[in-house]
This record gives sequence, structure tokens and C-alpha cells, in this order.
Amino acid sequence: MISAFFIFNQKGEVLISRLYRTDFKRSIADVFRIQVVSNSDVRSPIITLGSTSFFHVRVNNLYVVAVTKTNANAALVFEFCYRFINICKAYFGKIDEESVKNNFVVIYELIDEINDFGYPQNSEIDTLKSYITTESIVSSAIIPEESSKITTQATGATSWRRADVKYKKNEAFVDVIETINLSMSAKGNVLRADVDGHIQMRAYLSGTPECKFGLNDKLVIDKNKDGGTGDGVELDDCRFHQCVRLHDFDANRTISFIPPDGEFELMRYRSTSNVKLPLRVTPSVTEVGTSQVQYSITVKANFNNKLSANNIVLRIPTPLNATAADCKVATGKAKYVPAENVIVWKIARLQGGQECTLNATASLASTTTRQVWARPPIDVDFEVLMFTASGLIVRFLKVYEKSNYQSIKWVRYLTKAEGTYQIRF
Amino acid sequence: MSVRGPRKGENYELSIDLNSEYREKRKDAIKRTIASMTVGKDVSGLFPDVLKNMQTDDLEQKKLVYLYLMNYAKTQPELVILAVNTFVKDTADSNPLVRALAIRTMGCLRAEKIIDYLSEPLKKCLEDDNPYVRKTAALCVAKLYDLKPELVIENGFLDKLMDLIADSNPMVVANTVAALTDIHIAATSQPGTSSSDPGYFHITTAILNKLLIALNECSEWGRVAILNALARYVAQDDKESEHICERVVPQFQHVNGSVVLAAVKVIMIHMRGVRREELVKQLVRKMAPPLVTLLSSPPEVQWVALRNINLLLQKRPEILSNEMRVFFCKYNDPLYVKVEKLDIMVRLASENNVDALLSELKEYASEVDVDFVRKSIKAIGQTAVKIDAAAERCVNVLLELIGTRVSYVVQEAVVVMKDIFRKYPSTYEGVIPILCSNLDELDEPEAKASLIWIIGEYANTIDNADELLGIFVDSFVEESYPVQLQTLTAVVKLFLKKPDSSQAIVQKVLNTATKDCDSPDVRDRAYIYWRLLSMDPAAAKAVVLAHRPPISIPRTTVPPALLEELLGEIGTLASVYHKPAETFIGKGRIGADAVRKGDLGDDQFSAQKALQTVAAGQQAENLLDFDDSTNMEGQPSGLAATQVLSQTPAAASLLSGTSNNPLDDLVSIFGGGGGGLTPTPAAFGGGGTFVAPAFGGGATPMTPAPPMPAPARANSQSEDLLGLF
Repeated sequence: MISAFFIFNQKGEVLISRLYRTDFKRSIADVFRIQVVSNSDVRSPIITLGSTSFFHVRVNNLYVVAVTKTNANAALVFEFCYRFINICKAYFGKIDEESVKNNFVVIYELIDEINDFGYPQNSEIDTLKSYITTESIVSSAIIPEESSKITTQATGATSWRRADVKYKKNEAFVDVIETINLSMSAKGNVLRADVDGHIQMRAYLSGTPECKFGLNDKLVIDKNKDGGTGDGVELDDCRFHQCVRLHDFDANRTISFIPPDGEFELMRYRSTSNVKLPLRVTPSVTEVGTSQVQYSITVKANFNNKLSANNIVLRIPTPLNATAADCKVATGKAKYVPAENVIVWKIARLQGGQECTLNATASLASTTTRQVWARPPIDVDFEVLMFTASGLIVRFLKVYEKSNYQSIKWVRYLTKAEGTYQIRF
Repeated sequence: MSVRGPRKGENYELSIDLNSEYREKRKDAIKRTIASMTVGKDVSGLFPDVLKNMQTDDLEQKKLVYLYLMNYAKTQPELVILAVNTFVKDTADSNPLVRALAIRTMGCLRAEKIIDYLSEPLKKCLEDDNPYVRKTAALCVAKLYDLKPELVIENGFLDKLMDLIADSNPMVVANTVAALTDIHIAATSQPGTSSSDPGYFHITTAILNKLLIALNECSEWGRVAILNALARYVAQDDKESEHICERVVPQFQHVNGSVVLAAVKVIMIHMRGVRREELVKQLVRKMAPPLVTLLSSPPEVQWVALRNINLLLQKRPEILSNEMRVFFCKYNDPLYVKVEKLDIMVRLASENNVDALLSELKEYASEVDVDFVRKSIKAIGQTAVKIDAAAERCVNVLLELIGTRVSYVVQEAVVVMKDIFRKYPSTYEGVIPILCSNLDELDEPEAKASLIWIIGEYANTIDNADELLGIFVDSFVEESYPVQLQTLTAVVKLFLKKPDSSQAIVQKVLNTATKDCDSPDVRDRAYIYWRLLSMDPAAAKAVVLAHRPPISIPRTTVPPALLEELLGEIGTLASVYHKPAETFIGKGRIGADAVRKGDLGDDQFSAQKALQTVAAGQQAENLLDFDDSTNMEGQPSGLAATQVLSQTPAAASLLSGTSNNPLDDLVSIFGGGGGGLTPTPAAFGGGGTFVAPAFGGGATPMTPAPPMPAPARANSQSEDLLGLF
């Protein structure tokens, strides 16, 4: 269990401190400052000094720190820290020194609510928002039924949903968002390609709707043999929001649930087979003597020409001793960023089937060290709408409710890469 | 007010505002007080002023005042009494949020005086009809126990908690389980109470069924608490074990990584009781995908997962045998994640995937971080030692890396080559000239020592071995001790192999080592060699050129008994550190834990532990087991080793002075060393297994666990040595 919880800024000043147990004094915060914040070479997210263990997560310019003296559950502590960060983001839009300072009262309320005596409690954002708000609540103003409703929700079997939700128009939006992880070797072989997908849902449905969700999951399709629906996707692993009945999934792979109200992440999945790579990058990088590096980099959009890739950003590393780079591109804009040792090439939009090329020459200063250039990989960020790299399709979303209303469902697909699409050269 | 403090300064202004007639101003002042408290300023003087603001309808303000109280109640116990009335009144409020808030805060006040007022309201709250209040009250019992255990017992709160396990609300059940576990741990870690107590939270079959039902309904954190309790349950028979496993397996699909790891823990524990082979296989198969998915978590969670995967692989290497690619490092992974991934990749290496692995490792060896580069090169060596068929490819990769001529890359590659030579003697002699040509690059003792060892070992195939060694002999006194020891041995080997051409150099090195060297280890080893050579060159040959056992990569990095224990603690700090919890959670608990283990009849583990101790003791008796630099437990100190020596008959006769042979001197040297001159028995190391002490550092990653064949062999060699005389 967590004995103390702190937030530090970059200088090591305490912004928030809450001791859940008495095995520490407040001065334990100084130990962390000395050992971690002012130590430039921290090589582990857990530091144990004597019998005290500090777990820390860095986010923007903050350290979120949990302290314990026991053989605590490390996975739980980190999950808790990240949950706290997500709650802050949901409450304040962002988490940084400024937002923590401006909202410290709410943060104290929150960390007292989501953790009691070191044990994490209900941390569903939707529920928390119903009784911890940025405006102050006057106790007498809440009618008793209201507060008992809140408490039932906070503890109930469907702690994520109020019972009395009402919408004029019943709608559900499903976003399938896939992140591709790619490592491609210099020879163009795929070393690793897999997809981390998550399905984000915004449910604006009245009452207590019972939902059933269907994917082109290979295991389900093969079993039903209904044919004609196209290929199934092999999902290596699925994870679900706590509203999904895990037993049903374990038994026959149906995804059934009562959704929370509003936005939530329904499931995450992972797929490694038949990953379609939307962008093909062919780099050719040659070191000319010790004074120059020549780049010729081609990007090709490898998908249906009705679709397009947007916001493509290629980050092409240059040697540390590069002094300037001369870039020529036909499409987009390319610029040398000396501070990060990269050429950044931005392409706003690339239609399916098209390709474009960058030619560049980086000039190098002469150095005395013999250190070879490590050649970090080229990193590509992009987004492709209405495309899933895994081939996943939402087959149906059925909503059953007592009042039998009609509901409208929307599905969107997005495949993207952010720092995970790497091509070596 | 006039009594306290000066009439100026921040606190004074705050106290004015706290007593303001305007509500908003007072609330703002409370906020500022809390802000000062957070940054560590002492605002305890404002206690009475803050207290006045406690009675309010504004929930936020109430929470703030409570927060203040929790902080200073301990230092101002007599003033806290003033707050008691409000608290007690609040626990009877019509709003369940207020009731819960009051009982939660009272438990945190930790002032003796207020505790006596806590029992009554707590009793009521435990029976409250609102689940939110009940779940808060359940944890409050744990708080009270922490403060004053006898009050909990007297008031029968424990029985009340046991009743709450059957509560209809899953959250209440989860918090009750957490509270009971907390009390159980606190109670059993008290040395005095534990010896007679069976613990407060004994999980019976009836409780088990309630927990299994609640598991599927409660919140993620509650699931972790319940899974932890399930892990403690001792199954009655294999049917029950199977039942538990089947009920827990669906939790693998939970989005929260800590739930997944807690479920893995329960499965690993209860799988021991499952007899149906196919079920075990099925469970293991289902475990793999969720573990891999954990790798897309944030880096810290990933790291915890990786450390645990490392443990799981030691027990069940087959789990992830087809998944090596997911462990490939991303360029921007944090270093701690990369290092763990490397380790796991080597574990998963097999003939099928070794090519992919090697090309990855080669890639990593050109990265920026020196530590990571070195570890990658080490991993290449480990792969070579592990997979015979891939050794040649590994050597080729190493040669390419040496070709980069980056100093630390070359040095690490040389160290790694030494290990490869040990595993595959006389296989890659063609590489030696390339290694030797990099002699000038080396400036680290370990790399130098490795190269010298290689030269000594292959002295008869290297034409200019005497020249190369000559370089080190010339700079002998400036070198570090490990290099000196290696030089000494290598030169002696050279002499034994090519006696004609190296008479001069061996003379020189022995002279320098015995006269100008200030390390007793080096001097002693030189003396031994000198005497051996002058008395009986054949014996010297038998000793110095003795056959060494091949090295191998151990399957586990922790002893088997410890591994089992750690697998029962998946997800916790202990499993992250790969160390038993007693080693890092404070002294007071060591004894207590040991007592507890004895009590609960944790026979299997204690028995295995005992066996291990015995094994370590036996090892200590092996005088020539100098592998102990890799073996942390049960190290024989020099002195202890000497005492053991006197117990063996041969040695005893030597010591009693009946024999007049040169070994007398030897023994006296050794005895002296044991008495205090040498901190390690390495002084004697030159004789038998000279590689072990000198290469202790280099060989550590290869043989972290004490290799079992070594002691036996060393023993026979020690007999050889004694038999010579």
C-alpha cells in the first residue's frame, strides 16, 4: 500500500504532499529531492533507500511520487500514478506545474477520494466528477437522494454509470484507433510490426442500455461460418474496460456490457499478423568521406487511393557534428533542426498510391573523435483516416434497453503512428 | 490571540482572515493555510482559528479543515478534543458523503484522545445502510488497529469485518479484504504476538467462494485486493485449485496491468496444485498474450512487467518462446526498459530466432549509451555460450564490432571473446591475431586481463606470445591487481608450453611479482608458482594447465526456492528486485517473517532453504572453490576456510608438522593469508582454478548462480595438489 503521495516540480519543490500513513514524516520529501530530482543519472523508476521505496513517474515538468515502506504491489502503484495523471487531465485539461498549483484544493480532494489509508478507491472519472467539482458544493444544497445516488454509484456493481441518464437522441460513437509499431531494418526487412489498437466509445444512451459489440474477430467468424463477411482479424490479446463481462468473453468471445455515460475506452487489443503498413519509406543514406552525408528518402503511400495520410512528419537523424543541411523536396516542407540533430520533413497530406522524395545533403564539421555515428532510426508520424492496419472492422453494435428506443451508431477508423514507426538506415 | 505569536507576519494575517466575518474570506484563508502547510511552513499555531471553521455546510471547506486537522492533530492533541463533537455529529449526518468523510478523517487523526470517541460512531458506520459509508468504515478499522489494536479486539470489530465479507456490495467486500489483510500483516509482523496467533485473516472455503463471486463485480483496485487474498488461500485439493484457476483466468483480459499481474500471481500459485496436465498447458498458453500486451503500457509499468516476465521465464521458459520480436528495443525506450528487454531476449534465444537476435544486438551496439552498448555486446557473448550452433555467427558479429575500433566496444568484445574461448576451447583461434592487434586500445583492467588470459591459454599457437606478454611484464607494477594476476599466470603457462624461449620472461615476472608488488595476492601466487616450478614442473603443469569445466548460462538467476517464493509475489517490489522482501523492508520484520513462516508450516520452502544453506556450507568446505566471487551467500572467509582445512586428515597431518615437505610453507602462507593479510582466499587461487578469482568480474554475468560441477572438480583438484607431496 501507498504510504505517502507527493507531487514535485522540476526544481524539487513540493507542490502536493499527502501522507496516508504515519510511517513517515513530511521530511521524507527531502530525501526524494536529493536522491532523484537533483540526481542527473537516475536509472530506475523505483528507488529504494533503506526500507523506503520511492516510485516516480515523470510527466511534463512534474514528478508524481508514491512512497511505501512495505513490499508493495509495484504494478498497482504505477497504475495508480497514471490513473491520477489521467484524472488530472480530465479535470484540468492538462497536468503541469501551473495547473497543479491553480487547483491544489481539488487535487487534495481527489487524492483523498481515490485513496484511503494507502488503498486505491473508486477512480472512475465520470463518477468522481459527479461529486468532486471545481465549484464548491454546499452540503445542504444536495438533496439526500442525490447524494445517496452518488454513493451507490461510487460503490455499486455498475460504479461507472448513473441510472437516470436521459438523451433526446440516442447516439453512440465508436472510434477505432490503431497505433502501428514498426521497426524496419536497413535492408528493408520488417523486424517487428504490430498494432496496438484501442476502441474509444462515446455513448449518449438513455437508461441502462445493454450493449453487444461485434468485431471481425477471426475466432468468432471461423466458429460461426456465416461466410461472406470477409476475412477475420487475428487478435493476439484483448483487454476490456471494467464494464465488459470478462466471463462472457472468456466463454464465447462475446463483448457485452453496460456502457458508462459519455466517453470511455471500451477495449484495447493487439494484433501482429497481416499488419498492413500504410507508408513505405525507402531511405538511402551515404556518408561521403567525413565531411558530408547524402540523403535520398522516398515515402510511398501504400493504400487505397481514395484515402489519404495526413500530418506526416519524418524525423531524419543527422550526425552530431552536422553543421548545416540543404534539403530539396517537391512535396511538403523540410527543415534542418540543429538542436535535435534531425531534418524534419512535414507533409500535410499524401493521397493513396502517391510517393514523394526528399534529397538532402548534410555537411559535417571535422572532429577529432573517432566515434562512429550511431545512426538512430528515421521516425515517421502520420494519421490515416478510415484505415485500420490490422484490418479490423466493427461488424455490429447492438443496444438493448427496456424502453426499446432507436439508437444511431457511428464508426470511425484511424491508424496512426507517434514515435513508434521507425526505419533504420 | 494575543497569547500566540507576534502581531505581524504571514501567520498573523492568516489568523485575522480565518476569523473574518465574511465566509469567502475565511475559506480563502483556509486555502492559503493549506498551501503553506504543503510547502512545509509551520502553520500549527493557527489550529484554533482553523478549527472554528469546521462547522460548515460547505463540503469543500470541511474537507480542507479536515486535511489541516489530519496534519496537526498529533501535535495538538488537547485541541483536537474540541473537534470531536463535530465529528461525532457528522457521523450521524443525513448525507452519506458527510458520514463517510467524518469517519474517514477520524481514523486519520491519530491522536490518543480522539480514539476513545471513535469506537461508537465506527460501530454505527460499519452497519450503515449506505455501502459508501460501510466501505469507508471497513478501512477505518484497519486504521484503528494500526493505532490501538486492543480497541479493535475489545469492540469485536474483527468479527464485524468478517461479517462484511458477505456484504452484498462488492466494493465493501474488497475494502474489507484489504483491511483484514492489512491487520493480518500488522499482527503477524509483531514478534511478540505472532508466535501464538494463527493470524486474524484465515481464509476458509466459505470465504473463498464469496471472494470469487465478488471478484467479477468489484472495481479494478478491489480486484487486486481480492486476488491478493486468493493468493494466500491454501487449496484443499486439486479440484479446488482448478476451480480457482478457472475463475481467475478471465482477469487476464482486464485493462489494468496490476490486475493482470495479480491474476498471474494467483494462477502461478494455484497451478502448483493442478494435476491435469492439459489444464496447466492451457493456463500457461493463456498467460502469454496478456503479458505481451503489458509491453504497450507506460514505461514504468512495462518495466515492472519485464522484471516479472524475467522471473516467469525462469520457471517456464516455454511461455513466450515465439514472441522474441516484441522484446526488441525501441530507440526511445528508457534505458531501464532496454536493459531488461536485452536480458529477456537472451533468455528467449533459440536456434530459430538467433539470426534476428544477432542483427538486433549488433544494431544496439552502435547506440549512444555506453552502458547499454556494453550490455548488448555481453548479450552476444551469452547467446554464443547458450546456442552452440550460433557461436560462429556471434564471433563474426563480435569481429565486426571490434572493427569499429570504438574503445569501449572493443574492450567489451574482448572480454566476451574470453568467455567464448572458455566455452569452445581451441575453436576460434583464427580470431586471436585480430584481438591481439587491438592490444593498444585496451585500458580497462577487465579487458586487459581477458586478453592476457587468452594469450596465455593459446601461448603455443601465438608466435609472438612472449613479446605480447612482455609488454605487460614491463609495465607490471603499474597494472591493476587483476591484470597482474593474469599476467603472472599467463607467463607461467607460456613457460610451461614453450620452456625454451621464455625462461627469461618467467624469471623476470616472478622476480617483479615477489619483490616489487604490494598486493599479497599477487606475491603469494608468484611464490606458489615459483616453488611449484622449481620443485616439480610436471606438477606445475598439472595444476596450471588443468582442464577447466565448460561454462554455461544458468537457467535461473535466483536459487530455485527463492524463485518459487518470488513467483508467489508477482507484481510486488520483491518480484521487481528479484530479492525476498525481508531484504528491503526494514530490519524489524526479518525475525518476524521468519517466525511466521515457521508457524504457518511453510514447510516446502523452509526445507528447501535449509537444504540450500547446507549446500552453501558444503561449498564453503571446498577450499579450492574460488568461484565464490560469484556466489554471494555462504562465502567462506579466509579464516573459516583455514579451519576447515585443519579438519581434513591430510591437512591436519601437514599442520601438525609431521611432514617435512615444502607444502608446510605453503600452508603457513595460506594460514597467514587467512588470518588477515588477504581478504579473500584468492591468494591460493593461482594453484587450481585461477580463472575463477581473476575473472570473477568477467564471469559473473555468465555464472551468477554457483555452478554445481565446479566445487566437485575443485575438490578433486585440491586432492591432486595435496597428493603431489
